[in-house]
Amino acid sequence: MKIIINGENTEVQATALDQLLVELGYGDSRVATAVNGVFVAQGHRADCTLNEADRLEVVTPRQGG
Amino acid sequence: MTGMQPQTTALFYGTELSSRLMLGTSQYPSPAILADAFRRSNAAVATVSVRREAAGQAAGEGFWRLVRELNVQILPNTAGCHSADEAVTTAQMARELFETDWVKLEVIGHADTLQPDPFELVTAARQLCQDGFKVFPYTTEDIILADRLLDAGCEVLMPWGAPIGTGLGIVNRYGLQSLRAQYPDVPMVIDAGLGLPSQAAEVMEMGYDAVLLNTAVAKAGDPAGMAEAFGMAVAAGQLARTADPMEPRNMAAPSTPLIGKAFLE
Repeated sequence: MKIIINGENTEVQATALDQLLVELGYGDSRVATAVNGVFVAQGHRADCTLNEADRLEVVTPRQGG
Repeated sequence: MTGMQPQTTALFYGTELSSRLMLGTSQYPSPAILADAFRRSNAAVATVSVRREAAGQAAGEGFWRLVRELNVQILPNTAGCHSADEAVTTAQMARELFETDWVKLEVIGHADTLQPDPFELVTAARQLCQDGFKVFPYTTEDIILADRLLDAGCEVLMPWGAPIGTGLGIVNRYGLQSLRAQYPDVPMVIDAGLGLPSQAAEVMEMGYDAVLLNTAVAKAGDPAGMAEAFGMAVAAGQLARTADPMEPRNMAAPSTPLIGKAFLE
């Protein structure tokens, strides 16, 4: 299926968020996630099922003012 | 140092900070200069953000290590958010990433001035306070907005000195004086718009509890030197406030006594 990851249309296989992060290569990286604008905590990623055209945001720590 | 000591520590949501300077972490020429700026300024808080990262990049991990080595309180922001929903989700992601419930709540309402959207700001503040966040709202000098934010559960206010990144200093001195006078017991941080250490000293003399800035340090020719200057100015302003300044007067008054002056005519 195709979903939108950080603004980019992406073809993916996994449907569970935790498996998808592994598929995408994030592995054990320090990331936080939101699906369709809603935060998904690390402990809930296995229960989060992605669907066609969903919007996934993956963010990490960064400089800020 | 002898005599009256400045109140060097400040309480924010029950956390005692060793310094009244908060520094941003953006726009520095290098990570080493950023670290040096924190060391020389004695800043007690570092503001940070969350941003997208593609798999395989290590920027986030590297920055996380750098921030932890600063050994200061971390204050994640919601910079760039334009709605309450967006800000709340960003704050939730930041809480997980940075392992803190502190959040600098920014909800921008105007692209040119980066002025906060007061309506969305209050909505987001209420949701985040109910969710256990310790909210530091980036706001204006508006007293009614301050009242709404306090009613929403905020225990700290962060009014701007001037629009973000301008370095204009205090553009509404009367407004900031009024806000300070209206809520004398609420911890308040002047956030954004300062360009010079003298301006930081001035807001501390006005009774503000701390100063938060980024661009004035990061974009200086010598960021670490400027950071140190801001640290000294904040401490000087706080000491001056504690020392009970004299009342200004319109008429001149000689400081040297006239008694005993020689008659030479």
